[in-house]
Amino acid sequence: MPGKLKVKIVAGRHLPVMDRASDLTDAFVEVKFGNMTFKTDVYHKSLNPQWNSEWFKFEVDDEDLQDEPLQITVLDHDTYSANDAIGKVYIDIDPLLYSEAATVISGWFPIYDTIHGIRGEINVVVKVDLFNDLNRFRQSSCGVKFFCTTSIPKCYRAVIIHGFVEELVVNEDPEYQWIDRIRTPRASNEARQRLISLMSGELQRKIGLKVLEMRGNAVVGYLQCFDLEGESGLVVRAIGTACTLDKLSSTAAFLPACNSPSKEMKEIPFNEDPNPNTHSSGPSTPLKNQTYSFSPSKSYSRQSSSSDTDLSLTPKTGMGSGSAGKEGGPFKALLRQQTQSALEQREFPFFTLTAFPPGFLVHVGGVVSARSVKLLDRIHNPDEPETRDAWWAEIRQEIKSHAKALGCHAVVGYSESTSICEEVCILSASGTAAVLNPRFLQDGTVEGCLEQRQEENLPAGCGFCHIPYDELNMPFPAHLTYCYSCRKQKVPDVLFTTIDLPTDATVIGKGCLIQARLCRLKKKAQAEANATAISNLLPFMEYEVHTQLMNKLKLKGMNALFGLRIQITVGENMLMGLASATGVYLTALPTPGGIQIAGKTPNDGSYEQHISHMQKKINDTIAKNKELYEINPPEIPEEIIGSPIPEPRQRSRLLRSQSESSDEVIELDLSHGKKDAFVLEIDDTDAMEDVHSLLTDVPPPSGFYSCNTEIMPGINNWTSEIQMFTSVRVSRLSNINLTNQTLNKNFNDLCENLLKSLYFKLRSMIPCCLCHVNFTVSLPEDELIQVTVTAVAITFDKHQAVQTTKTHVEKSLQRASTDNEELLQFPLELCTDSLGPHPFSPAKEHLESASSNSGIPAAQRAVSVEKASPLTEGHFRQRSAPACANSTVGVVKMTPLSFIPGAKITKYLGIINMFFIRETTSLREEGGVSGFLHAFIAEVFAMVRAHVAALGGNAVVSYIMKQCVFMENPNKNQAQCLINVSGDAVIFVRESELEIMSTQQPIASCQPACGGGEIAT
Amino acid sequence: MTNELDIFVGNTTLIDEDVYRLWLDGYSVSDAVGLRVRSGILEQTGATAGVLQSDTMDHYRTFHMLERLLHTPPKLLHQLVFQIPPSRQALLIERYYAFDEAFVREVLGKKLSKGTKKDLDDISTKTGVTLKSCRRQFDNFKRVFKVVEEMRGSLAGNIQQHFLLSDRLARDYAAVVFFANNRFETGKKKLQYLTFGDLAFCAELMIQNWTPGAVDSQVDDMDVDLDKEFLQDLKELKVLVADKDLLDLHKSLVCTALRGKLSVFPEMEANFKNLSRGLVNIASKLTHTKDVRDLFVDLVEKFIEPCRSDRWPLNDVRLFLNQYSASVHSLDGFRHQALWDRYMVTLRSCLLRMYHD
Repeated sequence: MPGKLKVKIVAGRHLPVMDRASDLTDAFVEVKFGNMTFKTDVYHKSLNPQWNSEWFKFEVDDEDLQDEPLQITVLDHDTYSANDAIGKVYIDIDPLLYSEAATVISGWFPIYDTIHGIRGEINVVVKVDLFNDLNRFRQSSCGVKFFCTTSIPKCYRAVIIHGFVEELVVNEDPEYQWIDRIRTPRASNEARQRLISLMSGELQRKIGLKVLEMRGNAVVGYLQCFDLEGESGLVVRAIGTACTLDKLSSTAAFLPACNSPSKEMKEIPFNEDPNPNTHSSGPSTPLKNQTYSFSPSKSYSRQSSSSDTDLSLTPKTGMGSGSAGKEGGPFKALLRQQTQSALEQREFPFFTLTAFPPGFLVHVGGVVSARSVKLLDRIHNPDEPETRDAWWAEIRQEIKSHAKALGCHAVVGYSESTSICEEVCILSASGTAAVLNPRFLQDGTVEGCLEQRQEENLPAGCGFCHIPYDELNMPFPAHLTYCYSCRKQKVPDVLFTTIDLPTDATVIGKGCLIQARLCRLKKKAQAEANATAISNLLPFMEYEVHTQLMNKLKLKGMNALFGLRIQITVGENMLMGLASATGVYLTALPTPGGIQIAGKTPNDGSYEQHISHMQKKINDTIAKNKELYEINPPEIPEEIIGSPIPEPRQRSRLLRSQSESSDEVIELDLSHGKKDAFVLEIDDTDAMEDVHSLLTDVPPPSGFYSCNTEIMPGINNWTSEIQMFTSVRVSRLSNINLTNQTLNKNFNDLCENLLKSLYFKLRSMIPCCLCHVNFTVSLPEDELIQVTVTAVAITFDKHQAVQTTKTHVEKSLQRASTDNEELLQFPLELCTDSLGPHPFSPAKEHLESASSNSGIPAAQRAVSVEKASPLTEGHFRQRSAPACANSTVGVVKMTPLSFIPGAKITKYLGIINMFFIRETTSLREEGGVSGFLHAFIAEVFAMVRAHVAALGGNAVVSYIMKQCVFMENPNKNQAQCLINVSGDAVIFVRESELEIMSTQQPIASCQPACGGGEIAT
Repeated sequence: MTNELDIFVGNTTLIDEDVYRLWLDGYSVSDAVGLRVRSGILEQTGATAGVLQSDTMDHYRTFHMLERLLHTPPKLLHQLVFQIPPSRQALLIERYYAFDEAFVREVLGKKLSKGTKKDLDDISTKTGVTLKSCRRQFDNFKRVFKVVEEMRGSLAGNIQQHFLLSDRLARDYAAVVFFANNRFETGKKKLQYLTFGDLAFCAELMIQNWTPGAVDSQVDDMDVDLDKEFLQDLKELKVLVADKDLLDLHKSLVCTALRGKLSVFPEMEANFKNLSRGLVNIASKLTHTKDVRDLFVDLVEKFIEPCRSDRWPLNDVRLFLNQYSASVHSLDGFRHQALWDRYMVTLRSCLLRMYHD
């Protein structure tokens, strides 16, 4: 009996009137945990009852503590008939199970009913006493910390990054059980909410066990999703990165360091919205096991009928590549060998992180992805979810092999998702193939050390762009040049990745959100025929999505994409593809060429004219974009560059295509005089449409920027105002005789208009940037398209932006300081001993790591850091007055980012993972579908905030709405919606307040004094 | 392609002041969009009409959801669903409870009943305030009235506490409640020239001096009803005009004091008895509900109109009223000095405020 859970019900307020006669309510509360239930007394005739109950004590296993939610039900006492339920509160007590998080949950919780929404609030206090401290880690996984954040959380240091953890659990969906025919919607919704809550708890506990097996103590980048497979069941699955984290002992040490978010490039939680599904065993017929993989320009896209797993593609070690950088070859080879051996033991060398400490990421190969179409079937034995496991294992294998083909041994920024329609399910996984620094993987060898020297001399910030694969054995045709920064190594002409822009990367100008949108009609079909049809369409969709991305990137005058996320959604009669990414201009990569249009019939005069007109428009757009995003790379004389590689220039040509694989394309090499230009061939009206649609994307109004990464490349002076929001649109396609073209246009308009609306709504925040813009598309019904966007608008100081971009010194200073704060040792488990100067640490880090390892107090480092960034600090001071203070309800900020601008996170209180169902049978009365969903989302926000506040927090970071499933039946006046959200509850302190504190206690002296995160209030 | 559903939910609830005003003014979404277009917002922001429509709808929906909370403003402060900075909360409440001068003049002194509510159609046509807005304002009056009607303590203070209004607005509401409760007639044609400000001013003075609360701060209804005992006592003033000697003496005292100081001295002298009779009779009749209701009509008929027809300047009215009240203290035979002051101090201020064109 390792734990005692104590609950006290204090009071209620704003209860609904349950007795029409008296206009009052006789309320009492049931507190349930596991099978045990306690009740309070009835508080008669009041809408604001004061129960002030005794402590209800539950003595339970810690396994139950992890799995079970605390369930609080508020009821209205009725002498003559059954008591009426007013509503419920589910409290996840997980945050109380590890020592550094919250110690008590206490506060006002909205009382929620799945039919009526929020009905008043209840004040509850919850505590947990854990016994057998020593042993508890063995019996359950209590104590393993979970973070949604996809980078190392701010007040922790990663001692070891162990790697990928995954788990899934399946069950029958209560909504589809026979009993559902006789019970009320409320009962069935509650059964579902409770089941998912239980399954989440179980899943988390199981993942925790895996982490403990790996001897880690935390999961970072934890992403949990549920798949509603309908008849065939309910799957809850999760992936994450197991780590051993150390709490930074002194807050003072990093106070000044990580405050300015400008320096905190962090991760992007992947927003993949997974609707996956699995079912196991039984006569499940995994229909087409075809998997498609592609990778952007530098990766290759080809359709691999399942496994090329056996690849012998293991990179040939260097040598032959004479023409390239001298030391590049051998070094690379060495790297590869080391990394390989380090990672090969692992089944899946995947990392769900999207931001890394400097030096961790050596090379990036490009995006790898795989999809597979499956037929769902009833899960016969929920305890053995083997089929679903096997499906995912297959896809991961695929990803792994693609990464190998790119000469990489790891996949970073990894995520998984599903899309389900009836009995067909598309499983997708994607990530970025990468080579990780052996320093972090194992002890450096002498040779490695030598090579390292060379690497050190390179200007910082271009290394990750250098190709990891062997240029003579390129897995796909690409266009290589010498790096524009160091001139020593080869780089591709464009780079696509799923991660955040590395902190040390140098970019020119600002970034921007780039989206590719695509619809494809498909015949309605059943089962296998349907799955086959989908499988056949997928490669074309992938291809076109990439073409669009590439074209738009060129149009923006940029050469790299970060945070790429491609979502393919399946519906009854169509497939939708939506890719979002943030385009930037990397200094290390070559200047992108323009886009050239080629007509099919060059003899027709008017046609010719039309073409040249379009060409002009495109050129103008490129020029305009370059100006807009301040892309003005220094002109570099050709000679210095040393002619872009003597190999026969491969002009990747675009027949609505790009340098992607497709064999048909490669041969057609029209060498249109203009080099580096992409050629767009207009051979039919479709192509024409495509060109037009390229030009229809309107840039955001002035003062606005947008990106889907954590922060906007090129902007680093955030001010403290943030506004997180969710916007949902559902459009009905009016036209029955849809064509791909009209569909595309509709979809495009839908997204563009949505963006325009956002810009308009948030106009008062200008200058501001929409960060972490996360689009999700679903096809709830035949003619309905639903687009959900969650993002955060952050204000910034325009004036200073200019300054910083201009002064490079400043920039590098800031960069240096980032290095300080990010933790230096970051070894993977294979290399636990991080002591001693590492042979591979880049020059500027040397000092740092030396000092940190040799026990120089962290505080001292902090001082130097502080000096490094006086600019940003001073700036925040002036702007950080919190707008909304001292209201009766404490303000809780929410953000999809991992940081709060102008503030410092002092404590992580635990993960928030909530699932709600709302249903109505009086849709019209609640303001129609918009009124219904608007109220529901507002309520979800409120419940998240209330839970955070009860934990003692004042913000949720890495917030994500993983699912928003909306179904309506206007004829019956009904609607139902399911929402799943998660994030990390934290305490943050404004920088201005921090400064006061640090002046009160000089930094040096406070180091021993203030232990971890106690400043928080 | 049509948007079936189109929503935007911010962690901090977005409030657009302009749209809020349009909503309060009772415009439909399409009218509001039209007005916004005319304001030139499309040109300023480069937005499209569609964007504006969606934005307006969204704000209207938010306001609609907030309206329930605005009915009991303390709930707005404690609720958890909408995260709104305090300054914005205050703005929402203040504007929601603000009312139109034209509207309030129509309703002031009327019973806040269903009957009156039915007349809102006409009021809307007459005042140009949309029916929707009329309803909101009327319901606000009624709601405030119901809550504070039977409460102890200062009327304005209670309103402020329960509706979190600004000091100014709370006092205006106190006037509205006071008028509604006493059903003072304010709608007669000859009273049309009076502004809400004039009447609210009078109400405030009357609340201060003529209610039970003026003498005892622990009674029920202390600020909403007139002090019955006081009204009863006022009958005693009748002697001032009934007793011929007293009236003559009073007149001579006033005339002596003002001789040479008034531009309208002869008119004053000629009219003194009429005016005095008017003022004292108003006092002595206040025991009848009907006469209480006609208080303002009587004041205008019996005092303001006679003076106005003789073209008394405001300053002369002031001198006269001061002297008229003060001289009573020199009337040896008159024993109700305190009563007289309680009556006249308020009345004098009211009359002066009401004496304009």
